[in-house]
Amino acid sequence: MSRIINQYSPSQIRSNNKQEQFDSNLPVRHRRAKTWHLIFQISTVIGIVVLMALLYNIINQAFGFVAFESKVNPDSLAMDGISLENLSKEDLIRIIQDKVTASRFRTLEKEKPFLARSHEEVYSVVIQEVVKPKVADSWSLFDSLFHRKTILVESAEKYPQARLEFHSWIGWDTVTTPQSSNPLNAGVRTAILGSLWTIAITILVAFPIGVGAAIYLEEYATQSWISRIIQTNINNLAGVPSIIYGMLGLAIFVRAFNLFTSGAAFGYTDPANANGRTILSAGLTLALLILPLLIINSQEAIRAVPSSLRQASFSLGATKWQTVWYHVLPNAIPGILTGSILAISRAIGETAPLVVIGASTFITFDPDSLFSKFTSLPIQIYQWTSRPQAEFRNLAAAAIIILLILLLGLNASAILLRNRFNQRVS
Amino acid sequence: MKVKSSQSSTVSTDSKVAIEARHLNIYYHDFMAVKDVNISIERQKITAIIGPSGCGKSTVLRSFNRMNELVPTARANGEVIFRGQNIYEPEIDPVEVRRRIGMVFQKPNPFPKSIYENIAWGARINGFKGDMDELVEESLFQAALWDEVKDKLHQSGLSLSGGQQQRLCIARAIAIRPEIILMDEPASSLDPIATLKIEELMHDLVVNYTIIIVTHNMQQAARVSDFTAFFMINEERAGILVEYGPTNQLFTNPRNKHTEDYITGRFG
Repeated sequence: MSRIINQYSPSQIRSNNKQEQFDSNLPVRHRRAKTWHLIFQISTVIGIVVLMALLYNIINQAFGFVAFESKVNPDSLAMDGISLENLSKEDLIRIIQDKVTASRFRTLEKEKPFLARSHEEVYSVVIQEVVKPKVADSWSLFDSLFHRKTILVESAEKYPQARLEFHSWIGWDTVTTPQSSNPLNAGVRTAILGSLWTIAITILVAFPIGVGAAIYLEEYATQSWISRIIQTNINNLAGVPSIIYGMLGLAIFVRAFNLFTSGAAFGYTDPANANGRTILSAGLTLALLILPLLIINSQEAIRAVPSSLRQASFSLGATKWQTVWYHVLPNAIPGILTGSILAISRAIGETAPLVVIGASTFITFDPDSLFSKFTSLPIQIYQWTSRPQAEFRNLAAAAIIILLILLLGLNASAILLRNRFNQRVS
Repeated sequence: MKVKSSQSSTVSTDSKVAIEARHLNIYYHDFMAVKDVNISIERQKITAIIGPSGCGKSTVLRSFNRMNELVPTARANGEVIFRGQNIYEPEIDPVEVRRRIGMVFQKPNPFPKSIYENIAWGARINGFKGDMDELVEESLFQAALWDEVKDKLHQSGLSLSGGQQQRLCIARAIAIRPEIILMDEPASSLDPIATLKIEELMHDLVVNYTIIIVTHNMQQAARVSDFTAFFMINEERAGILVEYGPTNQLFTNPRNKHTEDYITGRFG
């Protein structure tokens, strides 16, 4: 203390006019601030532009003109000036009887008697069995809107027989029909169901384990070198490439625990046995994949609960468990759910690990149990984009939109859930 | 700067003693935060603990209901005798200790629940079987909060003002009918009027409860307490009890030089 006073005696301070030594740099500081402001704006704009480009690309593919070439011209099937779609059910059945072979007609009759089918069902049989439309060519939404004339000319030149129609590749049919080798009949029903089954297992397995581990690590575990090693490992596991988890899943769930994941241990024997490459294996693998993310996010949420609440609880004679259950968890749940949304969104979009554990790329029957073969939306999309026919890329775009809607729906429900908890807490 | 810890024998009759510390040492890691505290707190009186910052006032207070154990590195040796038993014996359950010895904290910390639920929760988890509405009303009444909140019992406890929140915390503490209430600077975050209300409340409560209050504010200690304990740091930076006695004696006629320096404002 005394030395400082000696160094700068009051007289010295007065003689050195420090005021003059300040440089008026205000304009420079403002300029710098503006530059950074601009940089942040530009990065936001770049992000938005990239997102818009992605969306444009998808939507551009999912709608547009399609030239259909049919085996039989639907107009030629019209009777007495009534167009095909307005014909009565009886007339439509008669057309089918005329145009398909007798054995095919019997097969269709055996699947479901024609009289029991609705008008729409019979009509779709006429389209599929008699008219047999085929996609000759398809155009993007942008071209369809702005180069309509060129398309009309081109189509008339190249495919004189074809019927040009504005077609939406995405529709309720796309969602409800299973996979097919004909792009006009193919849908994503199997893939959606596969995705939903898988994600349900993932949530059921990963959520309790993840939250439980987070509670243990935050509230119970004492600080020691073991807990630090565990913590570091969890943080690192969150960054491991997903395909590694796929290999782990293949080794453990598909191979080592085959007895359980194939359902053989529970007496499940199906002719189309998936032999361990089942929905159960996929769900468990994805659960492993998101577990580190879930644990880290839940830990953050639990850590954010003020310690004053814990103290208040303990001071009233609450046990540790009562404190965690009545105060820590209700206050951490909104944060835990936010983290879970992110983790689950990631799991839905994962493709690589599912490919490794052996998801089917082409199945037409719905998964009906934990031990079914399965495919998922991202795999279906990947499979379609790698096909040579251009129409499948239109379908893939439609499937991407469905995947986005599915994701949005799941996220929205999680957010609603979170808001409910928030209201209860405050 | 040599300070001798003085043994207190102001309170000797056992039936009048609510809680007593004997040779209490408290450590954080290997650091001795509080050294050899001997103090017996009289039943149904207000005892104030004063002293400069960092002298271990709060640490001692928290050791009376084993709240200091929530800090993982803290440990205590010595004895704290409550109801004829050392609460640091291994067979004693800290949960039971805290149910008997309640606590009010520096910052009001009501639960983010309704006012009603703030009071009822502690009673419920401790197995209260009586009429909950009656208990809530009684506790709020004793905490001088009933008239202000009786029409909004189901609003969040956080919607109250700071002073009201602190009285809610006191009501919450007395709802489980403890024998001792520990108050850790309960008014330090409140304005003078709210502080006055808390002080008046303490006077009302002391009829039924033993109150130990840590305070930075010497006037407050002089105003509210019956006994005062003065703590300060010795040369090893450990907190020690310097002087303990009836408040008016300690403030008007301190036996120790350091006490006199502190209460006359020469340091601290």
